[in-house]
Amino acid sequence: MADLKVTLSGLTLDNPIIPASGTFGFGKEFAELYDINILGSFSFKGTTRDARFGNPTPRIAECTAGMINSVGLQNPGIDHVLAVELPEMKKYFHKPVIANIGGFSVEEYVHCVEKLRGCDQIGLIELNISCPNVHGGGMGFGTTPEMAAEVTRAVKAVADKPLYVKLTPNVTNIVEIALACEEAGADGIAMINTALGMRISLKTKKPIIANKMGGFSGDAIFPIAVRMVYQVYEAVKIPIIGMGGVSSAESVIEMMLAGAAAVEVGAANLVNPYICKDIIENLPGVMEKYGIEKLSDIIGGAH
Amino acid sequence: MKQTIFEIQSNVKIARDTYKMVLTGDTADITRPGQFVNILLEGKFLRRPISVCDVNGDELTIIYKVVGEGTEQMAAYGAGVKLDVLTGLGNGYDTSLTGDEPVLVGGGVGVPPLYLLAKTLVAEGKKVKVICGFRTADDAILCDEFKALGAELTVATEDGSMGIKGFVTTAMQDMTYTHVCTCGPEPMLKAVWRTTPEGTDGQFSFEERMGCGFGACMGCSCKTITGYKRICKDGPILMKNDILWEAK
Repeated sequence: MADLKVTLSGLTLDNPIIPASGTFGFGKEFAELYDINILGSFSFKGTTRDARFGNPTPRIAECTAGMINSVGLQNPGIDHVLAVELPEMKKYFHKPVIANIGGFSVEEYVHCVEKLRGCDQIGLIELNISCPNVHGGGMGFGTTPEMAAEVTRAVKAVADKPLYVKLTPNVTNIVEIALACEEAGADGIAMINTALGMRISLKTKKPIIANKMGGFSGDAIFPIAVRMVYQVYEAVKIPIIGMGGVSSAESVIEMMLAGAAAVEVGAANLVNPYICKDIIENLPGVMEKYGIEKLSDIIGGAH
Repeated sequence: MKQTIFEIQSNVKIARDTYKMVLTGDTADITRPGQFVNILLEGKFLRRPISVCDVNGDELTIIYKVVGEGTEQMAAYGAGVKLDVLTGLGNGYDTSLTGDEPVLVGGGVGVPPLYLLAKTLVAEGKKVKVICGFRTADDAILCDEFKALGAELTVATEDGSMGIKGFVTTAMQDMTYTHVCTCGPEPMLKAVWRTTPEGTDGQFSFEERMGCGFGACMGCSCKTITGYKRICKDGPILMKNDILWEAK
C-alpha cells in the first residue's frame, strides 16, 4: 500500500497535494465537483487587510503551456474571510487549511496574521511576499534579503501557526532570500510564485493585460521551479512546499525529488478542475512504477 | 457544471468567418439559455468559452466566429472529433423576469445565445421580438431560425445590405416591450442600455477574457452596483440596473 503521507512542521497531510492560492478560491467551486477533503490541504485565496477589487481587466493572457494573470489580489479582506468564508468552508472542508496572506506594508501583514491567532481551521500560514512594499519604493518584499527577513521576523513574532514564506522567482538569487527568511524565523518556504511575463496582441499592438505585465504560470515554468527548489533545498534546513507548473503525479514526484516536502498545484486547476483529484488517484500507480513505497522518503532524493 | 466529452457531429461555415458546430454529449448541466461551455483544444492551455446556441436532448449547438488561433483550430475540426468540454457555466437568462413581450437584442456573434432564449420564451407562451444587428448581410446568422420559432424579427445592418440600415438601437426606437435581453459587443450593450426606457428592466450578457470560466480565478471580475461580480460565474448576464458602466 503506497504511503502518501507527508509532514509540514508537525502538520501531517494525507498526501502532498495542495491547490495553490488564487487558483482555488476558498474551495467552494471545487467542492461542488468533488469531495475536496481528499486533498492534503489547500491554500486559500490571497487575503489582505482591506478588501480589494484588484486590477482592471483584461487580467488574463494565454501563453504556450501556460498563462499570465494580473488579478491584483482581489479578495474580500481578512475580516470578511474570518467572519464569512472560514465558517462557510467548515461545511465542506474538514482539514486544516493554509492561510495565504498578502500585504503592502509590514504592519498590514502583521495585522492579518494577528487576526488569525486562535483560528483552529488554519494549519499553517503562507506569506505571499511578492507584493510591492509601499514603504520600500514599491519594490517587492521578496526581492531583497533585508525586506524578506524584516517581514518574516515581524510576522513570526505574532503567528501562532507555522509560517511558510512564499518566494518570488523574479530575483537574482533566490537562495539568499530563502536563507534570509529561514534566519528570520520562517518555519518553511513555499516556492515559486509566478514569473513576471507579458503578451502583446498583434491586433491592437499593445499588451493584452490591462496592467501590461502579469504572473506567468502553468506547465512552461515547471523546469524553473524544479531548479529553484533544488537550489534552495541545498541551502536551507526548513521544509519547502514546491510549486510552479505542476500538473501530474509525475511532476509531483519530480518536485519532491528536487526537495519539496509537499506540492502545490496552481494554474492546472483552472484548466482541469479535477486535476488535484486526478493526481491523488494517479500517485499510487506512478509511485509503484518508479519503485516508491513511501512518498516522504523521496524528498530531496535528487541531491 | 460538468466536465464531459462531446463528439462533433457537424461543423460548417454559415457566414463570414462564422461556424456552426453541432456536438453530442451530456447536456444535463445546461439549465438556462445564455449559459456557456468551455472547450479544451489540443495544444492550447486555456479553454475557449463559447455561448450555447441551442440544446436538443444530447445535442448541443454552438456558433462561433474565427477571431484567433483557438477558434481557427476549432474551424478545422470535422465530424467525429471528441472535445473535452465544461458545460453549464454562467448564470444564464432568467426567463421569469421578462414579462409577456420581451425584446431580444443581439449583435454579431452575440446573437447565438438569444436563439435558445427565444425558443424558451416562445415555449412559455410569450410574444418574442428579436433584433439582430450585423455589419453586413454576409455576417447574418440565424434569421430563418428565429422566424421559424415565430419570433418577430428585425434585422439591422451597418451598410443596409440587409434589413434596416443602422444599428440595433435604430430598430428599438419605436418598439414597445416589457424587458430587454441582450448579448453583443460592449459598445452595443451600452447603446442598448441607453435606449431602454427607464423603468424597463433588462438582462445584459457580457464578455471578458477568462481564466477558468467557473469562478475560481477572479480573472474576469467587474464592478457592479451590488458589488464585485465574476463575469463567468455571477454573470455573464448582469441585470440592467446592476451595471456600472464607468467601471467597465
